[in-house]
Amino acid sequence: MMLEIKDLKVGFQNEVGPATDVVHGISFSLGKGETLGIVGESGSGKSVLSLATIGLLPKTAKATGEILFNGEDILTMSERELCKLRGSRIGMIFQEPMTALNPAMKVGSQIAEALRLHSNISRADANAEALRLLEMVKIPDAKRKMHSYPHEMSGGQRQRVGIAIALSLKPDLLIADEPTTALDVTVQAEILDILDDLVTELGIALILISHDLGVIARIADRTLVMYRGNEMEQGETERVLRQPSHDYTRKLLSALPRRARAGLDVMAPTTLGDSV
Amino acid sequence: MKRLPWSLIVGGTITAILIFAAIVSQFWTPVDPTAINIGNRLKGPGEGGILGSDHFGRDELSMIMAGAWVSLGIAFSAIAVGGLIGTVLGVVAASERGPFEALIMRVNDVLFAFPPVLSAILLAAILGGGPVTTIVAIALFMIPVFARVTRSAALQIWARDYILAARMSGKSSARITLEHVIPNIAAQIIVQIAIQTGLGILTEAGLSFLGLGIAPPTPSWGRMLADAQTYLTIAPHLVFVPGIAICTAVLGLNLLGDGLRDLTDPRRRQST
Amino acid sequence: MRHIAQSLVGLIITLLVVSFVIFLVMEAVPGDPAEIILGMSAAPDTLAALRSQLGLDQPFLVRYSNWLIGLLQGDLGDSYTYSTSVSQLIGERLEVTLPLTGLAALLSVLISVPLGVLAAARPNGLVDMFASLFSQIGIAVPNFWVGLLLILGVALTFGWFPAGGFPGWDAGFWSALNALILPSIALAIPQAAVLTRVTRAAVIEVTNEDFVRTARAKGATPSHALWRHIVPNAMIPIVTMLGMQISVLIAGAVLVENVFTLPGMGTLAYQALAQRDLIVIQNVVLFFAAIVMGINFLVDALYTVLDPRLRVRR
Repeated sequence: MMLEIKDLKVGFQNEVGPATDVVHGISFSLGKGETLGIVGESGSGKSVLSLATIGLLPKTAKATGEILFNGEDILTMSERELCKLRGSRIGMIFQEPMTALNPAMKVGSQIAEALRLHSNISRADANAEALRLLEMVKIPDAKRKMHSYPHEMSGGQRQRVGIAIALSLKPDLLIADEPTTALDVTVQAEILDILDDLVTELGIALILISHDLGVIARIADRTLVMYRGNEMEQGETERVLRQPSHDYTRKLLSALPRRARAGLDVMAPTTLGDSV
Repeated sequence: MKRLPWSLIVGGTITAILIFAAIVSQFWTPVDPTAINIGNRLKGPGEGGILGSDHFGRDELSMIMAGAWVSLGIAFSAIAVGGLIGTVLGVVAASERGPFEALIMRVNDVLFAFPPVLSAILLAAILGGGPVTTIVAIALFMIPVFARVTRSAALQIWARDYILAARMSGKSSARITLEHVIPNIAAQIIVQIAIQTGLGILTEAGLSFLGLGIAPPTPSWGRMLADAQTYLTIAPHLVFVPGIAICTAVLGLNLLGDGLRDLTDPRRRQST
Repeated sequence: MRHIAQSLVGLIITLLVVSFVIFLVMEAVPGDPAEIILGMSAAPDTLAALRSQLGLDQPFLVRYSNWLIGLLQGDLGDSYTYSTSVSQLIGERLEVTLPLTGLAALLSVLISVPLGVLAAARPNGLVDMFASLFSQIGIAVPNFWVGLLLILGVALTFGWFPAGGFPGWDAGFWSALNALILPSIALAIPQAAVLTRVTRAAVIEVTNEDFVRTARAKGATPSHALWRHIVPNAMIPIVTMLGMQISVLIAGAVLVENVFTLPGMGTLAYQALAQRDLIVIQNVVLFFAAIVMGINFLVDALYTVLDPRLRVRR
C-alpha cells in the first residue's frame, strides 16, 4: 500500500484545560492510482485528517497513530524530510482558490517556484514547464496568464492554477480538500473533470474530500464517511451509496436534492455525475 | 472570573501611583518644589533628598511629584479637547458619509501634517510658550488621531444588521449614533485615551524641554532634563530621575491601554 | 495610475490649504517685521520704506499669492536676522536634517523589520520576549532623553563619537557622518520600537493566510515561506506605519538637534522663533509640513508597487 493510516487521532491543545479531540481513530489505506472520497459535514475532522497526512497540522495539534507513506511514518518525520516530501511526493489542493494563492506573486512564478524548490532546474526551464502545466489544466491564453496576478483571474482559473501547482512534480498522492466547494456550479464539473482526467493519466492516487456526496460519487473508487471525527462506514463508493450500512450515510443521501438522488440510484458510477 | 491581563494590572498600578502622586503634590511634597537651597546644590540621591537635588538645591522628588501634576494636567486637557473634537468629527463623518466625510478627512490630513512640535512653534510665535500653547498644539494633533479611530470603528458598527433594523424603524441617524454607535465604540475610545495620554506626556516633555512649555519656576519633567544638560557629568542623576519618571509614566499608560484592549477584545490577544 | 493621479491632486490641494493656514497664522503674530529688522528706534519713514520694499503694505491676498509665486520660483525672501536668503538658509540646514532623519529611518527599519519578523516566527519565544520588551520600553522613552543618555554613556565615556556639534560635510565625509551617528540612534530607537510592534503583528496576521499553507504544501521550508511569501505581503502595514512615523521623526529631529547642538532645520526653526524671524518660521514650517505630506503621498504610491491588487489596469 502506498498510504496506510492506522488509528489516527488528532487533538488540539487548548489554552487551558484538556485537549479537544477532533479525529478519533481513523484507519484506511490507499493504493497507487486509487481514488478515495472522504465525505462528511463541516467539523467532521476531514480537513484535519488531510492536513495531518501532509504533515501541516498547526503547532497546537497533537497526532497519534501512524500515517505510513510508502512505509515511512509521516508523524515521526523531521521538518526537513517533510519539506522534501511535500510538493514532490504529496501534493495538495485547497478549498479557497481566492485566498490560496499569494496575491503579490505572478501565477507563473508560483508554479515555477514549486518546481524550483525540489530540483535544480534553471529559471527558464521552470518557466517553460510552468507554461506547459498551465496548458495542461486548460487555462486559455496560458502564455499571457503566466504574468497575471491571482486577482486578475476567475475562481475556476485560480483553482486550475492550484491543481497545476499540486501536480507540477507528479506526486504519488494528491489530496484535494473541497476543491470545488467555493466555485460556481457550472465550473465545479469542469474542475472535477480536469482533476479526474489528470489523476488517471498520471497514475496518481487521490484523496478527495467533500461534504457533497454528488462530487464524491462522480470520481471516487472508495468512500469513507466521517462524522464528528469518527468513521461511520467505508467501502466501494457504489456500495456505500446504494446500500448504506449506517444511518448517517442514509441521512447524507436523503439530504441530496431528489433528482440527484434519483441519478445515484439508477445510474452506473461512471455516469453518476451527469444529473448532478 | 476571568483572569485580568497582567498588562492591565501593571499599567493600572503605575497609572494609579502617577495620578496619586500628582494629586498629593498639590497638598504636600517632601520639600517645597520651588524652594531654592544653594547649600544643597547638585547633591546625589540620598544626600540631598531621596532622589537628590538640582543646581538650585531644589528637591528632585518634590519636583517630580509636582511635574506629574503638570504633565498629566496638560496631557489630559489636550486629550479632552482634541479627543472630544476628533471623536465628534469621526462619528459624524461615519453617519453622514458623502462630501462632509471627505471634507473631514481632508481637514485631518492637514492637521496630520503638523506634528505638535511644529504647531507649538507656530503658536508660540503668536502666544509665546506656556500651557495654553502646549495644550492646543497637542490637541490639534489628537483631533485627526481620534477622528480616524472613531470613524473606522463607527463605520463597522454602521454596517451591522441591527443598525439597519433601527433605521427601518425610523430612528434618525443622530439618535442611532447616540444609542447604538457610541456605546459600541466606547471601549475603543477609552483604549485610545490611555495610549494617547502617554503620547501627550511624551510630547509635553519634549515641548517643555525646548522651553515652550509651562513657565519656570513651576517644575516640569521636560525642563528638568533641559537643565540637566549643563551638569551632565557632574550630576548624572539629574538626567536619570526625570527621564525614568517620563518613561515609567508612558509605559504605565501604554500597558494600561494594551490591557484594556485585551480585556475588551480577547480575539486581539491571540493575533497580536 | 488613476489612483496616483488622484492622490497627487489631493496632495496639491492640501498643500495649498496648509500654506494658507500658515500664512493666516503668521498674520496673527504680533509685531511688525520692519521693526524686527531695523529695531525699535528706527525712524517712521525708514520703516515705511522697508515695509513697501518687503511688500508688506499690500493687501493680504496679494502678499499670499506673492509668497506662493516665490515658492514656485524657489525664492522664499530674505531672512530678517540672518543676512542670507531663506532658501539658502534652508538648503544649508537640510544638509544636516536630511541625512539625520534618513539615517534614523534606515536604522529603525534595519532594527525593527528583522526583529519583528523573527519575533513573529516564534511567538512567545526568546526573540519575541526581547522584542516586546524592546518595543514597550522603546515607545515610552523620549528620544531627547535617549540622546542625553548616549552623550553620557557613549560620547563622554568612550569618546567614540562627538557629544555634539557638526563639523560640516567640508570637514570630510566620515567626521561629518560620525557626528550624526548618536543623534540618529536617539531618533531611531523610539521609531524602531513602534515599527517592531507593527511588523510583528503584520507578519503574524499574514502567517495565518491560506496562501502560506499552499506554499508549505509545495514543499517550502518555514524560512522560505517566511521571507518569500509572508514578509512581502506584510510590507503594507509596515510601510504605512513608516510613512506615518515620518512626521514623528521630523518633530523628533527638532528635539534631537537641540540636544546635540546640530545646525539643522529644527534648530533653525527654534532659533527663528527666539529671534522672531517670522519669514524663516513661516517657510520652515511649510517645508516640514510639505515633507510630511510628500512622504505620505509616496507611501500611497508605493502601495501599488507592493500590492498588485491595487494596480488599476489600463
